[in-house]
Amino acid sequence: MSEAILSALGALFEGVRFLFAHGGPNVIMISVACVMFWLAIAKGVEPLLLLPIAFGCLLVNLPLSEVMHADGVLKTLYDFGIGNELFPLLIFVGIGSMTDFTPLLANPRLLLFGAAGQVGIFVTLLLALWLGFSKEEAVSVAAIGACDGPTVIYVSNMFAGMDRIPTAMVGALAVAAYSYMALVPVIQPPIMRLLTTKKERAVKMPSPKGKVSKAALIAFPIVVTVITGIVAPKGLPLMGMIMLGNFIKVSGVAPRLASAAENEIANVSTLFLGLAIGGTMLGTQFLTRETLMVFGLGLVAIMIDTVGGILLGKIWYLLSGGKVNPLVGAAGISAYPMAARLVQSEGQRWNKHNYLLMHAMAANTGGQIGSVMAAAIMLSLLKGLGII
Amino acid sequence: MNNTVFGLTMLVVGMGGTLVTLFIITLVINALSLFFPVRPDEEEKK
Repeated sequence: MSEAILSALGALFEGVRFLFAHGGPNVIMISVACVMFWLAIAKGVEPLLLLPIAFGCLLVNLPLSEVMHADGVLKTLYDFGIGNELFPLLIFVGIGSMTDFTPLLANPRLLLFGAAGQVGIFVTLLLALWLGFSKEEAVSVAAIGACDGPTVIYVSNMFAGMDRIPTAMVGALAVAAYSYMALVPVIQPPIMRLLTTKKERAVKMPSPKGKVSKAALIAFPIVVTVITGIVAPKGLPLMGMIMLGNFIKVSGVAPRLASAAENEIANVSTLFLGLAIGGTMLGTQFLTRETLMVFGLGLVAIMIDTVGGILLGKIWYLLSGGKVNPLVGAAGISAYPMAARLVQSEGQRWNKHNYLLMHAMAANTGGQIGSVMAAAIMLSLLKGLGII
Repeated sequence: MNNTVFGLTMLVVGMGGTLVTLFIITLVINALSLFFPVRPDEEEKK
């Protein structure tokens, strides 16, 4: 009897024994989860994503946790919506529904900032290859330059599903992507000030005069979907879902669907995606030199995106005889609407009568399209090169 | 294909492809504005 009681008590302390014997990486990852909780709650850093990711990270790193074992709750969520890339795509439906392309349609030339803002993706790809990452790993790391969490998860998970990159890397990439998206207000202003003169930053841009009809707003998502399908079919699910969400909204005839896309679908997918991604952050697999390099390269990618946008802005400033404020180029990334608001506040800092918001919103929605298009083209190129 | 050739190919074709595709979309948006101008009743609402 006493032996049975001792054995039963021993079983209760199995976790503590494990923690002292092999629990170093787990303790570090539980600390990482706590830092993410703090960032999300105290600092407001991407709480919608960081809270579930951090909780998933906590769950998987508790000693003897079975949440990521076969039939474990997080493994089931992972297989249900990450392994087949469903959750990122559902989030895209919500993002599409939340995005207003009117400023872009009123000022379409600003879409080119959305292309310049993707240069970080391709330069980082090259850097990652030189640092020794495999082709698939380098593409996944470079996708952080899209400044777009679902795109990063979609691309990296495709390779994880083919066993070309470690599953734990998907978690590192997702956390890096969402962290840097939240840190855009810290990353971009010093680069803006470094690359532009006071005179350039103070340039006042007149309000866009172009008007947009409802028919054009409805036709836009269809046309972009068709173009993407023709140019980069491998990325069609990404662009198709973002445009579907927008199409439902601008059609104006299905407000319940638009509301569901913006709220229920986006919220539930975000919660499940976050938890499942957190579940990939098992200490023994996550704490590697590659993870640190992923974070470093992700930062470089977003900095180069900003440089690319501002340099195009400077060229435009020269060609237009000083009528385009180069700061608008910094909004050509996918962090919407944060990057646009940042350009507005930075512009007003140097000229109180400057209202760059509508221009920046156009560039910012251009950045959303640009990031998805760049990922779509990248995937199609990989298929063309026989890599996927 | 070695990694440097792969990376440079992706840089040139990927970035070039993104730029060209977005430029085409810019032209398409301009065409949409021509085909679907703002109607007078929409103008009044605005």
